[in-house]
Amino acid sequence: MKGYSISFFELENFFYKLVELRDSLKYENKRKGADLYTVYERISGSNIVKHAFPIFQKGGVVMDVTNVEQASIAEDAGAISVMVLDKLPYDVRKMGGVARMADPKIIEEVMNSITIPVMAKVRIGHEMEARILETLGVDMIDESEVLTPADETHHIDKWRFKVPFVNGTRNLGESLRRISEGASMLRTKGEPGTGNVSEAVKHMRIMNKELEEIASLNEGELITKSREIQVPFEILQLTQSLGRLPIVNFAAGGIATPADAALMMWLGSDGIFVGSGIFKSQDPAERGSAIVLATSNWDKPEIVLEAQKMISEYGSMTGIDIRTLKPEELMQVRGV
Amino acid sequence: MKIGIISYQGSFQEHFFMMKKAMTSEGVNGDVIYVKSKDQLEHVDALIIPGGESTTIWRMMNAMSIANRVKEKIEEGIPVLGTCAGAILLSKESIDNKVKEKQFGTLGTMDIAVIRNYYGRQRESFQSIIKLENYGELKTVFIRAPAIVKIWGDTNVIAKLDNVVVAAMERNMIATTFHPELSDNDVVHRLLIRLAKK
Repeated sequence: MKGYSISFFELENFFYKLVELRDSLKYENKRKGADLYTVYERISGSNIVKHAFPIFQKGGVVMDVTNVEQASIAEDAGAISVMVLDKLPYDVRKMGGVARMADPKIIEEVMNSITIPVMAKVRIGHEMEARILETLGVDMIDESEVLTPADETHHIDKWRFKVPFVNGTRNLGESLRRISEGASMLRTKGEPGTGNVSEAVKHMRIMNKELEEIASLNEGELITKSREIQVPFEILQLTQSLGRLPIVNFAAGGIATPADAALMMWLGSDGIFVGSGIFKSQDPAERGSAIVLATSNWDKPEIVLEAQKMISEYGSMTGIDIRTLKPEELMQVRGV
Repeated sequence: MKIGIISYQGSFQEHFFMMKKAMTSEGVNGDVIYVKSKDQLEHVDALIIPGGESTTIWRMMNAMSIANRVKEKIEEGIPVLGTCAGAILLSKESIDNKVKEKQFGTLGTMDIAVIRNYYGRQRESFQSIIKLENYGELKTVFIRAPAIVKIWGDTNVIAKLDNVVVAAMERNMIATTFHPELSDNDVVHRLLIRLAKK
């Protein structure tokens, strides 16, 4: 978890300037005065409010749930948020067909039954599923590759929403493109529903490597790089000066044990999403608490050991070797 | 001077940054450390309990068996700043705005009562400018924030917003329902340093 070399407030001033440049937002007159605090009134849904939400998720575990019972187990296990979906990623993979947003009635039931934040997934590019969840009042929307993409070429323009978004990513280019579309938080894609952490590790390592590579670029080279990965130069320059992604970045996709979670934290994640790993195991309550313990205390091997002892390897989900998946079965290639 | 931040989850890195800045402003030469275990808790001159999920942080403080020692240290008089979830953890009484019947464990050191998620969900989270009595203004954010709905004993109000108490102080304890660590002003952190100097 790399810290920041400038304050959150200075960072937000940067994002304000970035958005101010966008004519569409000026036209809609939605950001008037909001981010520069020129007025004394309370303002909801502004960029600073959206970017602040994930700060309070850091160091924690977001757990995928499909109903109220699972949400309650997750809350008792110490989850910082739950992600409501129709089927766990493992089942999405097994069932095939089109995977869509969860039933709003179930999301609402979960929202009414627990006190921690509730997130839900929408299909990539599905503006209307996102508007439905915004209206419903979920705390964060995951524009997710686990569901079948609704738009093969465009992501949702997230600046225009009042609810914060999290997006999946595999490398620096994807990360910065999502930020320039208005994502408030990122997570590695990994390979969802496999119980196999190797892809998440790969994506986090690629990101770290690319961050190292841009550190030494001069301005001219940075301009070339920004063209190459199709991101605004200003965001790339900011990332270079910070030495890390400018927004919170979690790990997701294949995390199944406390040791997996600690490994991803060691690689520099700000926190963990666990999809099928908990409720596809034989011991969800114990495993949930153990993963929470290991995520917060990843830098203390004796605590990770204690967490690992809380679960049994016999209870872990069996998992899928990535090499046995056909190219069309990979979820991570959706929405780049 | 050594200031410890309870660092299982939440805005501990932002507190670290702001506390370093406040130390420079106050001309204090000191260390800021991340606290996760009991041994790290000894020898700190002040503590910060950050924003995050109060249920998660409380669970971790108990799993790592530091909750009782933190309570003792605060009762012994070391200065403490609790922001948002931290304010909930300092409070003697806390209930949730929506799921009212649930009881939450807290340190229970400060004479305040709080309602969790007072303003609602993230949709109702907001930015605003806060006027602190005697200390100036802060441009800050309230994220799924609680509210201080009752104070008693030696507790004083230090800031209100629309007639709701958003910051209070009792002897060595400061509780804010907003996030001074996500603001343009280090004044709240300086206040903690001044308490630690005494």
